[in-house]
Order: sequence, then C-alpha cells, then structure tokens
Amino acid sequence: MRTILHSDLNNFYASVECVYDPSLRHRPMAVCGDPEARHGIVLAKNMLAKQAGVKTAEAIWQARQKCPDLVVVAPNHHRYLRFSRMIRQIYAEYTHKIEPFGMDEAWLDVSDHPMGGEAIANELRLRARQELGLTLSVGVSFNKVFAKLGSDMKKPDATTVISADNYRERVWPLPVGALLYVGPATRRKLAARNLRTIGDVARCAPETLRTALGKSGDMLWCYANGMDRSPVMELGESMPVKSVGNSMTTPEDMRSDPEARAVLLALSENVADRLRAKGLRGREVCLWVRDCELRSFTTQCRLRESTALASEIGRSAIQLFRCHYRWEKPIRSLGVSVSMLESEDSDVQLSIFGEADRVRRYELEGTLGEIRRRFGSTAIQRASILEGGYAATLGSVEACGTRFME
Amino acid sequence: MAHRAYVRVLVDVDEIGQVQPVKIYWEDGRCFEVDRLLDVRRAASTRAGGQGMRYTCRVRGRAVNLFEDEGRWFVEARDVPARR
Ligand SMILES: [Mg+2]
Repeated sequence: MRTILHSDLNNFYASVECVYDPSLRHRPMAVCGDPEARHGIVLAKNMLAKQAGVKTAEAIWQARQKCPDLVVVAPNHHRYLRFSRMIRQIYAEYTHKIEPFGMDEAWLDVSDHPMGGEAIANELRLRARQELGLTLSVGVSFNKVFAKLGSDMKKPDATTVISADNYRERVWPLPVGALLYVGPATRRKLAARNLRTIGDVARCAPETLRTALGKSGDMLWCYANGMDRSPVMELGESMPVKSVGNSMTTPEDMRSDPEARAVLLALSENVADRLRAKGLRGREVCLWVRDCELRSFTTQCRLRESTALASEIGRSAIQLFRCHYRWEKPIRSLGVSVSMLESEDSDVQLSIFGEADRVRRYELEGTLGEIRRRFGSTAIQRASILEGGYAATLGSVEACGTRFME
Repeated sequence: MAHRAYVRVLVDVDEIGQVQPVKIYWEDGRCFEVDRLLDVRRAASTRAGGQGMRYTCRVRGRAVNLFEDEGRWFVEARDVPARR
C-alpha cells in the first residue's frame, strides 16, 4: 500500500505577510488584489479575519462591512513564490515524487521512506514552522484523494491520518462535495439522486453513478471507496512540460463566432491558470478545431513575448480562429494550448520590461486564477464567457477530474 | 516585541561558498566582531518577523541572531517604546 501525503500551507498569502509583520497576527488582515480600488478582491485572510466572516474572493468593501478593522495588505507575489520554492525544497528531502497543486499545496509519495507517513507529516509541520514561520495541514493516506481530504479536515497546523482501517468512519460521513473534483454541478446531480455523503456514493451501485455522471461516475465511485490509484506526478527537471493545453467538446455543436469565442476564452483562462501554477510562460499559441464530422486541424502563431496571460492567449486563439475557420461546418470541439515554454522567474522579469500594465494584469489574472482554483472554475469568469453559456460546461469538465493533455 | 534592524555586515565567503559573518556594523557606527559562529540554519524570526538564513553568532559573549533575508541582513533589535 502506498503512503501519500497532501500538504497544504494554511492561509498561504496571509501567513507569509504575517511572517514579515508579526503584529498582523493579532489583527484581522487580508491580502487583497488592488487594495486602492474599492473593488479589489480578498485573496487570502488570516484566522481573525476569517472569524469575522471575511471571505476569499469578495470585494474589499464587502469585507469591511463585516470587519471594519480589517487591515488590507497588497500581495507580494515574488515572496509567495520564494516560500513556495522553499517548502518544496523541504519536501524534496523526503521524496522526489512531488506533485504541486498551486503554490501552496502538493502531494508527496513517501511510500519508500522508512520514517512512515505520519512521522514525516509531523516533521514537515515542525520544519515549516521553524524554518519558514508558516503552518501546514497535512493529510496522510493511501491515495491522493483521501490525502487531500485529510489535509482539509483539520486546520491549521495539523496532521490527519486516513487509513484503510478508518476511512469508513472518517471519510464516509462527509458531504460528497468534500471530495476532490466534485464541483457544484456534480453535487447537484448527485443530490437529485439523494446521494449526499461520500458514504452514499461509496455504497451505491456504480451503475447508478454512471447513469448520473457518465464515465466519471465510475471514477467517483472508486474515489469514495479509497480506490484512487492515480500516481503522484513528478514535476520538475525530470519531466519537462512541452506544452500546456486544454480542449472542450460542447454539449451542442457551436455555430457562431460568439459561441466559439466564449469557449476559446474559457479555455485560455484555464490554460493561463495552469501555466501560472507551474510557473511557466509560453511564446506559441496553438488552436485546435474539430468540426461535427470529426475533421480537425491545428494552427499556431508566435507571440512577440512569452505570456501566461489569459487575455493574450485568448486574443491570439480568437485571431487564429477568425483567420482559419470559415464556418463550413458546425464545430464539435475546440482546443487551446501554449508551447515554447520557459519558466517565469517571478514577476520581476516582467517588470524589467517596464510594462507596468502587463504586470498588473498578470497579478489580477493570478488573483482570479487562484479563486477559480479554490472555488471551481465557475466562481469567477469573464462576462464574455458567461454570455456564451458555457461556464457550467467547463466547470463540469473539471468536476469530472479530467486530466488535461500536456 | 522586537523589530528587524537592518545592518551592514562584513562576511567571509570561502572556496566552497560557505558564508561566515565577520563584523556587524551598528547604525550608530559601532562595530561588533563576531567571535564565533554557533549555528547556521534556515529560520523565521519569531521575535522580529522575517525569514532567511539565520546565523547565530557569539558577539561579546552573547548569542546574536543575524539573518540574511534576500540579500539584506538584519538583527533582532528590541523595540524602543516609540517604535511600534
Ligand atoms: Mg492552503
């Protein structure tokens, strides 16, 4: 049996700010994108702000209504990147099988380590506290899904073990939404069949789930029963990523520019989020189109500068689409990918070019991406995507746990 | 509470890249010799905030924590009442 940890830095951005200004620990504080603007958004908050009801992704003015003493701090992305790297260096002392999930979370496969999962988890927490001044929540289990669940169960600074012996008592009573990849759309479909807890899902017949959710029903059933076998993907030097892309087949064929545009923007946002999570940028945007007769083609263009900006990726994808598609047939699927990748070495590099505006957009998109990652891809989207009516679709693609092409 | 007092330091870097603080210059011009390096490790300063490589040095018989934080160096200095 494997030993998998899921390690999650608590209130990451806010905690890093508290490291540099310990007085913030005793006041409700939030890291907010664009604090000068009334409509700046809460990216992260500390415990006191959380207790006051401040929520991530809400506007500063909303947060202030609940918490008038709220201290608002601007984000320091280069610092978060630095801390994210440092914690990964610590992880790397225990295993080379590390799969980051955003800047503050990672799975670790420590099956081969003699210390055992729980002891490693406790040592990681101690080291994070002493060496970085941050706290970790760590889930220890025999698969990735339960490990992630475990790290969510007790915060901050806690180890939660979900073993083959205790998962029925610990995991099954939880609402099904606590499972990774179960978004609001899936939750609604399950609720319609009166499946509300993870145990409900685990105990029901796989066929029921297949009817409700299609192929991903089987996957969900496996997850609930502790049968997730997905490996911890080793990222980094050993496995260079050549391109980052995503594609989508819409429930009904697309027949107009606005529909295609909405899908391309949604895809571009997803690609940008993932580029950012991996600390990458790319110089080539590739468009893939498949029509309703399943004929497909790809086309690509080079950019002047490498980017991880959804707006720039989306603009190129739409331009490619307009130049190369004549609407002879309705479209079944679209894909966007970015290649010719290079690692983004913090925002500093961007600012060397003196492109203040681009840096700002980069930070703003980082903000939105973070929110989507935490709350699902439908949490925040460009108005143009919502108009296309495809937001929910993309959400459910993610909810099914699709592993995107790399 | 303490605060981070950024200081000028003289450091010695040997052939294999090991860094050893030699002197710490206080803002009022006083200079303190590092008698001995007691410990080096990555650490967060719980007293003054900040994080970096922590060099615990013996200076005039006392252990002093000297931090290297992204290229700048600070010591944990006790707050004088006027400061926050
Ligand atoms: Mg976290």
